[in-house]
Amino acid sequence: MDAESLLLSLELASGSGQGLSPDRRASLLTSLLLVKRDYRYDRVLFWGRILGLVADYYIAQGLSEDQLAPRKTLYSLNCTEWSLLPPATEEMVAQSSVVKGRFMGDPSYEYEHIELQKVNEGEKVFEEEVVIQIKEETRLVYVIDQIDKAVAIIPRGALFKTPFGPTHVNRTFEGLSLSEAKKLSSYFHFREPVELKNKTLLEKADLDPSLDFMDSLEHDVPKDGVSLLLPRLECNGTISAHRNLHLLGSGSWSIQMERGNALVVLRSLLWPGLTFYHAPRTRNYGYIYVGTGEKNMDLPFML
Amino acid sequence: MEESTSPKQEKENQELGEARRSWDVKTAASPQYSEPASFEPLEAKQGLETGRQSRSSRYWSPQSGARTSLGGSAGPETSSPAPLSPRESSSTPSPLAPAIQDLGAPPQSDRTTSVIPEAGTPDPDPLEQSSDKRESTHHTNQSDGNTFQQSQQPHLCGPRAVSYKNANQKELRFDVFQEEDSNSDYDLHQPATGGSEVAPSMLETTVQNAKAYLLKTSSKSGLNLYDHLSNMLTKILDERPENAVDIIENISQDVKMAHFSKKFDALQNENEMLPTYEIAEKQKALFLQVHLEGVDQELEDEIVENALPNVMESAFYFEQAGVGLGTDETYRIFLALKQLTDTHPIQRCRFWGKILGLEMNYIVAEVEFREGEDEEEVEEEDVDEERDNRESEADEDEEDELPKSLYKAPQAIPKEESRTGANKYVYFVCNEPGRPWVKLPPVTPAQIVIARKIKKFFTGRLDAPIISYPPFPGNESNYLRAQIARISAGTHVSPLGFYQFGEEEGEEEEEVEGSQNSFEENPDFEGIQVIDLVETLSNWVHHVQHILSQGRCNWFNSVQKNEEEEEEEDEEKEEPDYIEQEVGPPLLTPISEDLEIQNIPPWTTRLSSNLIPQYAIAVLQSNLWPGAYAFSNGKKFENFYIGWGHKYSPDNYTPPVPPPVYQEYPSGPEITEMDDPGVEEEQAFRAAQEAVLLAAEENEETEEDEDEEDDYD
Repeated sequence: MDAESLLLSLELASGSGQGLSPDRRASLLTSLLLVKRDYRYDRVLFWGRILGLVADYYIAQGLSEDQLAPRKTLYSLNCTEWSLLPPATEEMVAQSSVVKGRFMGDPSYEYEHIELQKVNEGEKVFEEEVVIQIKEETRLVYVIDQIDKAVAIIPRGALFKTPFGPTHVNRTFEGLSLSEAKKLSSYFHFREPVELKNKTLLEKADLDPSLDFMDSLEHDVPKDGVSLLLPRLECNGTISAHRNLHLLGSGSWSIQMERGNALVVLRSLLWPGLTFYHAPRTRNYGYIYVGTGEKNMDLPFML
Repeated sequence: MEESTSPKQEKENQELGEARRSWDVKTAASPQYSEPASFEPLEAKQGLETGRQSRSSRYWSPQSGARTSLGGSAGPETSSPAPLSPRESSSTPSPLAPAIQDLGAPPQSDRTTSVIPEAGTPDPDPLEQSSDKRESTHHTNQSDGNTFQQSQQPHLCGPRAVSYKNANQKELRFDVFQEEDSNSDYDLHQPATGGSEVAPSMLETTVQNAKAYLLKTSSKSGLNLYDHLSNMLTKILDERPENAVDIIENISQDVKMAHFSKKFDALQNENEMLPTYEIAEKQKALFLQVHLEGVDQELEDEIVENALPNVMESAFYFEQAGVGLGTDETYRIFLALKQLTDTHPIQRCRFWGKILGLEMNYIVAEVEFREGEDEEEVEEEDVDEERDNRESEADEDEEDELPKSLYKAPQAIPKEESRTGANKYVYFVCNEPGRPWVKLPPVTPAQIVIARKIKKFFTGRLDAPIISYPPFPGNESNYLRAQIARISAGTHVSPLGFYQFGEEEGEEEEEVEGSQNSFEENPDFEGIQVIDLVETLSNWVHHVQHILSQGRCNWFNSVQKNEEEEEEEDEEKEEPDYIEQEVGPPLLTPISEDLEIQNIPPWTTRLSSNLIPQYAIAVLQSNLWPGAYAFSNGKKFENFYIGWGHKYSPDNYTPPVPPPVYQEYPSGPEITEMDDPGVEEEQAFRAAQEAVLLAAEENEETEEDEDEEDDYD
């Protein structure tokens, strides 16, 4: 959610119970302005909050003028002092993906991960236990990166690609219409496109190059509950029962009209805690993550 | 002089100019002939001017035809200039010529004015109207020049200068658009003043050609570029966005889309906002004050006071903790709860929380009915049980030849009575405040046991089936009720000392178990320091009964019943679980004794504000049930749940293992058979029998011997 319209956004996103206490709100309003000034960001987004056992991480992101350029991520424990997180590297991803469980709330906390490594000593091959220390900060970078890639979304038309290449905020965006707001195809992943290049010419034919330059949500797995479920549920013998899942229109997103169609709310089921809101026919949209920072691997069972 | 003439000019304009407006309008965007006239040397002959004018009019007439033909309704229009132009051209250069022309013009102009808006602008846009206006005013000035020429003023120089000045002054008042227009006029006429008269016409031709090209209608969309550009410019000037050049593509697209959408929507009734109105209508009922009159006022007040919780107050405290719904939604829920307490005989009511669903969410209210007013369902259940009994009896009646299935479904554990155990409270849910409240059915132990083994998203429809591996007995409303029971049992806590065990009431029925299951508010509760509540977990206690693995809060001894009926076979089969009474933590146990989840503490406590600790409240957060919160400011407390209704586990959900396969009957003497008797055996058998018979004969020596011998043969 935009730091500048934080209060309205919080109000709109409050249907999921994810709020901020008044003192946090006030300090965010103050400190994010300063972040914007000091780091010279074009736009500052309040990204959300990762709940730790001891303390919570408040996350903000700074955007440059090109909206799709790599985003800078900052975190804070008290909403006042912000520290910059390094960008996620391959090595970090590989390390952190093994850590499970809740965040502690202490950036210097170290998770211990025991790994079996094969050590060749002459002719014999030993299996040796190696303890790998992973800092929580590294894991934080990893999780934020994962969430951003998977479920950060914006409505179609909110950004547009200029002829010169960079992506800008679309001033003429006036919100989705009601019928569009109910479809997953009207929302895009807020990241560089991955799937788009794999599309056939036929699929690309209807796309507007200045608007449809990102991946839309409708192709997320599990698409309609069936494709991903089948191989995994075969052991359960409940396949036939799950075939009608797509009737629920679920997949990895729950889409709801709240306040009598005045607000559309998308909740990610893959990363429970991510809420996207958009008031149709207005420019108010945004997303916020409030959760434990754990991926819901049980999704196929839960649908 | 200038002042005196200008009103006159205006009047003349209104007479003549009106008539000519249409004609002038057509000449709008191109070099005006009359203007250069003011630059012309004075010796220029009137005849020449009129000649030129007629030429220009002749020139323009095809243009007007071209323009009107855009609309397609130009049939009469195109013909009208034709008679006009010969007449003008043939007329002698006399002062009357313009007048004739003017007189001749009106019928044409009337028609053109009526046609042009339709033809030029398919949709009557503010743009086109305004530009028309601008053009017409502009040409009023220009026609000043005409008027002066045509009225043959003696001081040609003066009035012309005046008119020019006038025009200039007026133009200054007009906006940019027009200034550019007039400027371009002057630019175009610079060469005209310089020398030959052929040049302007060449220029004109080029310009006209360009314009004609711009006006070409696309056969595909029916638009032309000229109108489109002017629409775009108007939109830009109306809205004045910053950096318009950056978003010109979008503006162009918007203009085009607006053109189409308007046309197509004309016959459609816009009904897509209907659901909005529908829910607004329903929620309006919440805001209407209900006047309960006639009833004993004091009694009424008392009930309402007791029943309705102060939702807004707790919401305020939860907001300090960073939890809760938005202010307006909370208030709507508050009103919905008021509606609930007004329509049902409710003694105590509480806002339990909100459970998120895929399609809709559930708002849950926890209520306690007044004594003896909730007995509808008990009867239904009895009917069910009776039917079960009858079936089992019928089985026993038939005396069997073939063995029947000895398998009996595991002893169904009866559900707890309402007002006790897990059914202590009744839960009402609704999808949105304003929609009707639905009462959830009481929970059965089987449902709780199975609900522990599955993990499903709620859909938001109470009648949705729950499809899961251990088949869930019931639909979503039962699953929801089971999850509510589990969450309540796990996360409803209060500060130590707020509740105390009841004196007499509860113990009578539960004496067998020896535990106390009822509690009441402690009148002497003095409050606990907030800081103490934050620092140690032992200051918080559970005030909802623990649910045993049996699925009940109070132990149900299924073994006893079994022994009465079928003593002999069951004893060995019974699991130890059933023989020993299972005991969970008793009521009002501190939460510090809760089990850890793999090194993760089950609860987290916080102070709501570190900046102003003296007014902060203690916030308790469950890690086992993410979304369950409790606050206490020392005196007051409240519990609240918001989330998906699932338990936390650091590991992935694993489906329960399939039940063990039943072992076949062990091979033993009942299963195996001897070999068939052989000849030797039979002979030996016969010999043995004969021996026996012989012995018998010898003993008795009767006549029967012979008979028996016969038999053997």
